[in-house]
Amino acid sequence: MNTYNLYLNSKRCIGCHGCVVHCKANKNLPVGPILCEISHEPLKSVRGVPKTEFKFRSCYHCEDPFCVTICPTEAMKKREDGIVYVDVPKCIGCMACAGACPWGIPQHNPETNKAVKCDYCMDRLDAGLQPACVTKCTTHALKLVAMKEI
Amino acid sequence: MKKSVWSMCGMCTVRCPIRVEVEGNTVTWLEGNQHILKGALCAKGSAGPSLVADKERPQQPLIRRGGRGAGRWEAVSWEFALDYIADKLKTIIDRHGPESIMASSRGGPFQDLVKAFTHALGSPNYSNHDSACGRNVHHASLSLFGLGRKGFIYDIKNAKHLVLFGRNILSSLRPAEVNQVMDMLDKGGKLTYVDVRQTLTGIKATNFFQVRPGTDYALALALIHEIIKAEGYDADFVERYTTGFDELAYFVENYSAEWAAKECGIKPKDIHELVDQLIADRPKVIFHPGWMLSRYNDSFYASRALNCLNALMGNIEVEGGLIFAKGAGDCGRKGPRSLNELSPKPTAKRADGVGDIYKHFEKGPGLFHLFYKAMATGIPYPIKGIICVRHDPFLCFPDPQAQKEALDNCDLIVSIDTHYSEFGWYSDVILPESTYLERDSMIAQQKGMKPRLIMRNKAIEPQADTLDLCTIIRGLATRLGLEQYFPFATPQDLWAWQLEPTGFSIADFEKKGFVEYADKPVMFDREKLEGKFKTPSGKIEIISQNLTEWGFPSWKPYVSPAKPPKGQYRLVFGRSPLHSHSHTVNNPLLNEMMPENTLWINTREASKMGVSEGDFVDVISGDVTCVITVKVTDFIHPEAVYTVHGFGRQIPLQTRAYHAGMSDQKLMKGQLQNMDPVGGGLNLCETFVTVRKSSKNHQRKVEL
Repeated sequence: MNTYNLYLNSKRCIGCHGCVVHCKANKNLPVGPILCEISHEPLKSVRGVPKTEFKFRSCYHCEDPFCVTICPTEAMKKREDGIVYVDVPKCIGCMACAGACPWGIPQHNPETNKAVKCDYCMDRLDAGLQPACVTKCTTHALKLVAMKEI
Repeated sequence: MKKSVWSMCGMCTVRCPIRVEVEGNTVTWLEGNQHILKGALCAKGSAGPSLVADKERPQQPLIRRGGRGAGRWEAVSWEFALDYIADKLKTIIDRHGPESIMASSRGGPFQDLVKAFTHALGSPNYSNHDSACGRNVHHASLSLFGLGRKGFIYDIKNAKHLVLFGRNILSSLRPAEVNQVMDMLDKGGKLTYVDVRQTLTGIKATNFFQVRPGTDYALALALIHEIIKAEGYDADFVERYTTGFDELAYFVENYSAEWAAKECGIKPKDIHELVDQLIADRPKVIFHPGWMLSRYNDSFYASRALNCLNALMGNIEVEGGLIFAKGAGDCGRKGPRSLNELSPKPTAKRADGVGDIYKHFEKGPGLFHLFYKAMATGIPYPIKGIICVRHDPFLCFPDPQAQKEALDNCDLIVSIDTHYSEFGWYSDVILPESTYLERDSMIAQQKGMKPRLIMRNKAIEPQADTLDLCTIIRGLATRLGLEQYFPFATPQDLWAWQLEPTGFSIADFEKKGFVEYADKPVMFDREKLEGKFKTPSGKIEIISQNLTEWGFPSWKPYVSPAKPPKGQYRLVFGRSPLHSHSHTVNNPLLNEMMPENTLWINTREASKMGVSEGDFVDVISGDVTCVITVKVTDFIHPEAVYTVHGFGRQIPLQTRAYHAGMSDQKLMKGQLQNMDPVGGGLNLCETFVTVRKSSKNHQRKVEL
């Protein structure tokens, strides 16, 4: 059962890409891996005013994740609360997870030679805090939603 | 051991309050101060530790060996570098007098040290980057209200309607302000956006006007015309607090919506609709008078018109309007001490002529670009030494080549900065300042509805052989025998001295990272605003006595901007939320997100040229040619091409930014002295460039 979901209030999002950098900074990632992204459709003119919707994408934390099934060293794991994460010491960086994932979510960290992916900053969650992207979102457009609340 | 430090961001010049977590000597987390920003920080803010770790910034003082700009540096000790500079300064002072030395800093709350040092030397020639930024807005505001551009704060959150002329508020962003805009929109407020192109701000707009470049003043005049015609202004407020309304009404008689629509290339119906909305939303309507408005040769008057529209809305000192920025004095308290008060007031005239030849410009930091004139001509006297602190004139002023030619008359060029700047690369000495996470800065007052004192605390020890500005300036002052003006051994001593009259102590900062002079917003009684406007008449001067005295009209008849010749375009520039001006393009994290800029071209124009998205084009102005990739879009005016400022850098040691993208200011050939004659701001959008398909192609780039 997935407990969490990251929700973007597109109306409040300004497409500043802060979330991507907050994430990378918190995970101490070098140039290369990007764990979440902000995108938007090409602009459409609505009564003379250009409009678009922003979309936020990170790991979907699947119910039954292929990345966990395929991982040869059981480094990719799913927690009780649904968070799919990399058990770093066990990872050998073979990136089978990225191949198995329909969206190619897991990324290779060239500095550690291991896989890295969004885990909702679970160390922060466990400490009673919010993920980096949520805490520092420039316009407070990102929210971590606990599914049972919906 | 883990610790938490209150401090202030230094990635751009907004200076957001932050909280930094540190383990050992490493920053493990930083976020916006919860008490003010609720954690929010922009992308640049989070990339701060990446700046600290970047080895592609100067690691110790460097002295030039070889020609200027050749990039041959000798690493020296701080002692050696400071002795070297002090000796050179002494020689210059002996030969030419102290006034032949000038210094410039970024501006903002920490300029006190640099200003005090310049004055202690005996030179009046302190400057900053403002002639390429807010001077027009500042002078426009002074001429109407007697208050500078920071004299009011905008209560955007509670406004019903925010009107922005080219102020790309959601990209060129200040997190606190951005949240006010989003809160206003959430509450159903309207946003009107006027620009030559579509931006991230325009996407959120209720009304969007894509105007012909250089026609802002026309649209502003038409709004005044239509509002007066419809009697939609606050007549009581205008009657009570303004002078010259009748003259204005007469002046705008011919500037109707129909006239402006033709001039700007928009629909008259849309202007009329906007006017109806504005009148209905009054007084909670804010016309942003522009932030960085060094753009066209009538930008001063455009800003004046926008400021005047605020007065017509009667939005002064009301919720959702313009609120007087309150200082310690408005709370019956004292502000912190300024170092500049210790230094003697220089008696010499300024070399930029401000306050003397140019009586209509506020002295303050003067106009930097006019110092180049003094350097080149020796009139009124030669400038022989220049020190720039966190300020890169080659990036912020036009035509670096012309700047270099003027600078070659100097005997000493010093750059004090956290990173290699283009100016630093051409200078004689680079003094590396510690990054904002590694240094303490002075205490500064932030005016507002609730004035407060803010400070920057050192979070970690410097990772390279760098120093904070207080220590650098003191080191120089001591060598020049000026230590009595800087009687502080450490930044902590300085803080205590600054705080003495305020009644606060350093301990008061521990709780929230700042201290406030008031618990609740301080508001003046709107019925008693007499005397609050610091103009000669004490009122909002729609017809300005000062301007009249100086021989300038309060309202300049509108002149239509020139159309670019065939095959040429007006070069306009702006900012991205991922980079601040010029100094983050080599930051590893931010460079990865945005490694270069592109040239926006209107779809129709691109097809005429035969270029499509991603192609290379040559952008040519005079003898300068830049190559850049193209972004094709419907949402830019066909007369203009646009790029993000700050790219196209030529410092080989910055491997990520080196030759990536294009620099707009290098294309502004011959524009160094082209300023708005009344506002003093440079005309940075008055350059036409030729654009053509480039012979460079992507395939060859790969092969080679």
